[in-house]
Amino acid sequence: MVNRIPSSTLGLVAKSRACRIRRSHGRGGLVSLAGVALILCLVTTTAGAAQVLGADDARHLLVRTTFAATPAEIDKFSRLTRAEAVERLLASTRSDPSTRPDAALDVWTPRSQIRAMSEEERRAHIRRTNQQGQELRGWWFNEMLVTPSPFTERMTLVWHNHFVSSLQKVRPTRLMYRQNLLLRRHALGNFADMLHAIARDPAMIVYLDSASNRRGTPNENFARELMELFTIGEGHYTEQDVKEAARAFTGFGIDGETGEFVFRRALHDGEVKTILGRSGPFGGEELIDILLSDPRTSRFVVRKLWREFVSPNPDEHEIGRIAAAFRSSRYDIAVAMRALLTSEAFYAAANRAALVKSPIDLLVGTLRTFQFEVGDPFPLVVTARGLGQDLMAPPNVKGWPGGESWINASTLLARKQVLERLFRGADPAPMRPEPMRAQQPGIAPQASAARSRFQKGMSELRFDENAWMAQLRGGTVTDAVRIILPAPPASSIANDGDRIAMIRQLTLDPVYQLK
Amino acid sequence: MKRRDFLKAVGAAPVIAAGSTSVLAQHAAPPRYGNLLVLIELKGGNDGLNTLVPYADEAYYALRPRLAIARDQVLQLDQHVGLHPALKDLLPLWQARELAIVQSVGYPAANLSHFRSIEIWDTASRSDEYLGEGWITRVFAHAPVPRSFAADGVVIGGQDLGPLSGIGPRVIALANSEQFRRQARLAAPMEQAAGGALSHIMRVERNIAQAADRIAGEHSFRTEFPRTAFGESIRNASNVIASKSGVAVVRLSLNGFDTHSNQAPTHARLLQTLGEGMSALKSALVELGRWDSTLVMTYAEFGRRVKENLSAGTDHGTASVHFVMGGKIKGGLFGMRPALDRLDGNGNLPFAVDFRDLYATVLERWWGIDSAGPLKARFTPLGVLA
Repeated sequence: MVNRIPSSTLGLVAKSRACRIRRSHGRGGLVSLAGVALILCLVTTTAGAAQVLGADDARHLLVRTTFAATPAEIDKFSRLTRAEAVERLLASTRSDPSTRPDAALDVWTPRSQIRAMSEEERRAHIRRTNQQGQELRGWWFNEMLVTPSPFTERMTLVWHNHFVSSLQKVRPTRLMYRQNLLLRRHALGNFADMLHAIARDPAMIVYLDSASNRRGTPNENFARELMELFTIGEGHYTEQDVKEAARAFTGFGIDGETGEFVFRRALHDGEVKTILGRSGPFGGEELIDILLSDPRTSRFVVRKLWREFVSPNPDEHEIGRIAAAFRSSRYDIAVAMRALLTSEAFYAAANRAALVKSPIDLLVGTLRTFQFEVGDPFPLVVTARGLGQDLMAPPNVKGWPGGESWINASTLLARKQVLERLFRGADPAPMRPEPMRAQQPGIAPQASAARSRFQKGMSELRFDENAWMAQLRGGTVTDAVRIILPAPPASSIANDGDRIAMIRQLTLDPVYQLK
Repeated sequence: MKRRDFLKAVGAAPVIAAGSTSVLAQHAAPPRYGNLLVLIELKGGNDGLNTLVPYADEAYYALRPRLAIARDQVLQLDQHVGLHPALKDLLPLWQARELAIVQSVGYPAANLSHFRSIEIWDTASRSDEYLGEGWITRVFAHAPVPRSFAADGVVIGGQDLGPLSGIGPRVIALANSEQFRRQARLAAPMEQAAGGALSHIMRVERNIAQAADRIAGEHSFRTEFPRTAFGESIRNASNVIASKSGVAVVRLSLNGFDTHSNQAPTHARLLQTLGEGMSALKSALVELGRWDSTLVMTYAEFGRRVKENLSAGTDHGTASVHFVMGGKIKGGLFGMRPALDRLDGNGNLPFAVDFRDLYATVLERWWGIDSAGPLKARFTPLGVLA
């Protein structure tokens, strides 16, 4: 299988309306009002948004929202205003993946069947599950490479790091696959709907032990993370609130035979709880609505999006403004993103090249920017893991800490080795896989098979530097720098006419690690 | 002494002003990073009961009908416990009283997941707390390693930095020091940038370049290193330690301790590898004149379940045994023998020594650093140093 990454995948569905009102996925009490949305349009369409972007701003917007910016996309977006550009991005988003994984990854093995397995069969089952985990990671990586809607994948990755679950604990790929579909379905939809859905998501139920949360023997794991990491944030609730909140979710579980969510009324604690000063016989849904009615939730989420898209330094005044719009839209994520991506801060000079690329940003971004031909994504998934981002397996419930912590002496050298390999040019020497060796117990397939698959996958990566350079308007080094780097290079770039050497130098410059 | 009491004492007796200077000087005494720490991670969770065998305990034989080490095979250290026979290379160290064996090391509310539990060990967190950086990273932030060192820490084989993870320390990960020096050409020391993320990246580039400049390539040892991957790690660690400008921490790992099935042959091979490796490391350190200024310590996410499983293996457990060796180590048994009569609801052992007591030992007794800050609580150093 060889996929060529499309050179221009955006802007197919351009809408010229300055502000599109998104249809709310109606949930009780959260129906969006056209009037509210209209006011929001006026709020977010500020003066700066009327200017035409130009190439640098277009590149900035595209790299931060879609991993990459090809010359053709930059060209298209450079002629739009900030508001038009964001509308074009939002208009082109999908809510489902453009590819499907192998059907076997979506199969549930009933618990009774697992119980009936012999020891040997069980071991084989575990091996197969681990193998499938690897395939699932590869499927998502490939989707990020080939989708016509990379903004959707970028947002799905953001939510994956917000509503964290991990294959390491969840195990069956079907659950993590379906959670991934859930996150994508709501990625630019409604945060309130996503939060309600995530509480009933089987992967999350396994990951945060909801299944063992029962009347009389509550497990606080989900309730605690719901408040600390998903909604209002640490320091805004007491231990007593956690205990009471856990009781509201008693009875949430999954059916071992089907792998589907089940509410077991007999295990639910229907007594009165007192949470954040409110009392009632709350169930999980009501508790989530209480947390959504708390203004700290919108601030918490917007602050996170700010760090993802704007800068590592939150501007609390701006966050307050955007959070208020987000909240009064009943948590329409497009409203928050529109406000962030048209803000002065997003385009401010101080915030250019201010974010460190994650391993996924680096790999997907490089492969998309340079329109690589990609075969088996396996080596890319393994490389991302070696760089510190094991897709579908963040290190813990807090997710990848990100930012500067992506870069240490080990990961920086590993990043540069990958880039050097990608832009090695004519030399066909295979990359030595040893620095990327999978180290975690249980997920490394048989070592030698993995090594040859790694090498084969790496050898399938193809970059045509002449075709790529031909797309640049002037075709000069300066043109290449402006496409490849978010700021002037820190090193001096030699130009002796060797195109691949020049591109390699630019990608090895420290500034290339930034976006 | 509280600050107020100190001021009162100074105020009441101006004559001791000279003495107070020395109190302050003592307080500011630089950490002793000339004392090297070598950490060996036993990845997957080593079976402590079959490492230091409680051969006099009937319950051990009752719970491990297939896996127990026969009494006459055990390398008996006292009337209660002895080493697995595959650890025979550790006996000379034991006899020289340079090997401390710390029993029942664990922590409250043990987590049985590999990933979570090693994270707890690496970050020195409580079981219900998530800390973003490794425990040594916090130590180095609190008491920096001199810039003249080649690096603050070196991780041999593997990119997961474990206790050295997080922003701050100058940590190098390498499999082979020659290969590292070749790869390091990709990093260039450049002028410091204005600030923000770029200056962080450029700082890391400089750290790489400095380490490559100061870490020696191949040192010629008389020591014969075992022909195993772990032996190769020991050789590379010894090469790094041979570098003149020094490092404060070296971390190695030995993989494969997650012995859920058919444990006996695998575990014997791993212990053999570990024993040979530690013995070779001692020999290399003696050659380098570093044996008295090195403390070697093992660690792992957990031990194994006491009762063997139906596949002649063991499942994830809690407390386990760990080794500390070095020229300045006071050999002997520390901690508490495994309490096989006090298993928890999952059939797991209680712990007696918190793993952070071991860390406090390194900080207070080896490096001369107050441990309460970096470890976020007061732990009790063990008396393993002479």
